[in-house]
Amino acid sequence: MRLVVLPVQNRELVIIGGGPAGLSAAVEARRLGIKDVLVIDRESEPGGILKQCIHTGFGLHVFKEELTGPEYAERFIEQAENLGVEIMLNTMVIELTADRRIVAVNSREGLIEIQAKAVILAMGCRERTRGAINIPGFRPAGIFTAGTAQRFVNIEGYMPGREIVILGSGDIGLIMARRLTLEGAKVRCVVEIMPYSNGLTRNIVQCLEDYGIPLLLKHTVVNIHGRKRVEGVTIAEVDDDMKPIMETAKFVPCDTLLLSVGLIPENELSRLADIEIDEVTGGPVVNQRMETSVPGIFACGNVLHVHDLVDYVTQEAVSAARGAASYLADGGKKYKHIPVSPGNGLRYVLPQRINVDAMPEERQNFFMRSVRPMAKARLFVESERGVIKSSVLRYVKPSEMISIQLDRDEMRGIKMLNFSLREEGDSVERGE
Amino acid sequence: MSAANEERTVTCIVCPSGCRIKVGIEGSEIVRISGNQCKRGADYARAEVTQPMRVLTTTVRLEDGRLLPVKTASPIPKVLLFDAVKELSGVRVKAPVKIGQVIYSNVAGTGVDVVTTRSWN
Ligand SMILES: Cc1cc2nc3c(=O)[nH]c(=O)nc-3n(C[C@H](O)[C@H](O)[C@H](O)COP(=O)(O)OP(=O)(O)OC[C@H]3O[C@@H](n4cnc5c(N)ncnc54)[C@H](O)[C@@H]3O)c2cc1C
Ligand code: SF4
Repeated sequence: MRLVVLPVQNRELVIIGGGPAGLSAAVEARRLGIKDVLVIDRESEPGGILKQCIHTGFGLHVFKEELTGPEYAERFIEQAENLGVEIMLNTMVIELTADRRIVAVNSREGLIEIQAKAVILAMGCRERTRGAINIPGFRPAGIFTAGTAQRFVNIEGYMPGREIVILGSGDIGLIMARRLTLEGAKVRCVVEIMPYSNGLTRNIVQCLEDYGIPLLLKHTVVNIHGRKRVEGVTIAEVDDDMKPIMETAKFVPCDTLLLSVGLIPENELSRLADIEIDEVTGGPVVNQRMETSVPGIFACGNVLHVHDLVDYVTQEAVSAARGAASYLADGGKKYKHIPVSPGNGLRYVLPQRINVDAMPEERQNFFMRSVRPMAKARLFVESERGVIKSSVLRYVKPSEMISIQLDRDEMRGIKMLNFSLREEGDSVERGE
Repeated sequence: MSAANEERTVTCIVCPSGCRIKVGIEGSEIVRISGNQCKRGADYARAEVTQPMRVLTTTVRLEDGRLLPVKTASPIPKVLLFDAVKELSGVRVKAPVKIGQVIYSNVAGTGVDVVTTRSWN
């Protein structure tokens, strides 16, 4: 391929990534009257990860019905097309600068250079493989991330193996346990190092309990056997410091090991643009309008923090589009922010800073995750003046994001915001 | 349902509370439901113990080899999921298809249709 450099294109709003986050943001941006909206995606079809998530469980909040991933995606693809959103496919963005210059590449045009007035990052996330790196043994064929296996089975149409052990109880692993079982494979067990599962309760029930697949909490894989192909794994219980108790080690025969050990926001481009990254979420630090530390660059969806429900992705994308619209209208006026911080019991809160007067909406969404499961907890929202709001939450789990809204009037004039969780019952462990 | 007296535990998935509901069975009758916090949970637990139902999602092939995601138009008995998958494994569908199109009827004798969950040109 010969690369031909075309003249720089000037565009109003460019959205990088055409998954549910990018599509929802594009649809909202058009509705708000932004005329020139371009979505760029490296794949041959829009829809992102949803294309391979053929199971149900999407859209209960947004559409009040339970859709499959492809159905949820198709609704937004249709809306985007009807509203005249331009979607550039098979095109990979390889560079982004702080002054919103984008370099992308595809096989039709070669290198494309775009100067955008505003950019929304919606690149999603990728799967962690770290869980396998520490495991001794050879690296035979037959080790896949759960998402790769999902793509094999649901898009390409072949089975990764016949006898399967899954390491990690994230949702993708649980969903794949069911899918592979229905396709005739034997899923021996799901091994989870934590004392609780990282998956949604409904997935533990409908993907494991329904098929009698054991979920081994406080267990891990300590060895992988086989030279050419996986022949089995050794699993063992772990103590409270997560160290394997070798006396409990046992061999489980299998030809495939799936890793479902978490997702990481995909932020290579954000780093190129010198965007400040939050070490806890792995995604950009954002303000009330989902704007990153670089003016005019916004973020939403899994690139910002990992979501378990696509409905919240859409909500966040709508806020990012409104943010971008307000930025395009105010020409990048500078605002002062107050810090928003996680206190006791919370791992993070998003957005990490806000300007109450510059909120694009009358209510502000806050998303947060707990540090551990709690049967009953009280959520406190405090400013330097004291408690603004408190509410009781039931069955809090790190894997299920907490979302709450505050009115502008509740926050006027404050200098800081702190969110914290105080446990009010016994800690729960479910799915054992 | 077995004939003996027993107590079964059902994890309710109707809402995120995930209540552990105990269902007491005597003979073939449900005599006691406890642990639920609301009526929806009791209904769910009763159905789970008598005839659990699930929506099946799977894929079938288009004639050109591409995969087409499909689902049952309504839940079918859980015990028939494997039969349904087997029955659908031989199905070939001619493109183009529209989302929601019926590609198979009365799967596993349930009277339920199988519909597509995406369009393909
Ligand atoms: C396996 C799995 C199961 C899930 N199950 C459920 C469920 O049951 N219910 C539910 O509500 N939610 C579920 N979720 C969560 C939800 O689907 C995701 O949170 C959501 O899809 C994230 O959307 P996104 O647009 O941020 O990312 P993605 O869908 O990942 O989209 C990102 C897009 O950006 C593109 N891209 C990335 N980098 C570049 C680049 N440099 N140049 C061009 N394009 C790029 C990618 O190709 C991709 O299309 C699940 C998620 C996964 C992974
Ligand atoms: S019983 Fe009621 S409160 Fe408990 S999980 Fe079921 S629906 Fe929710």
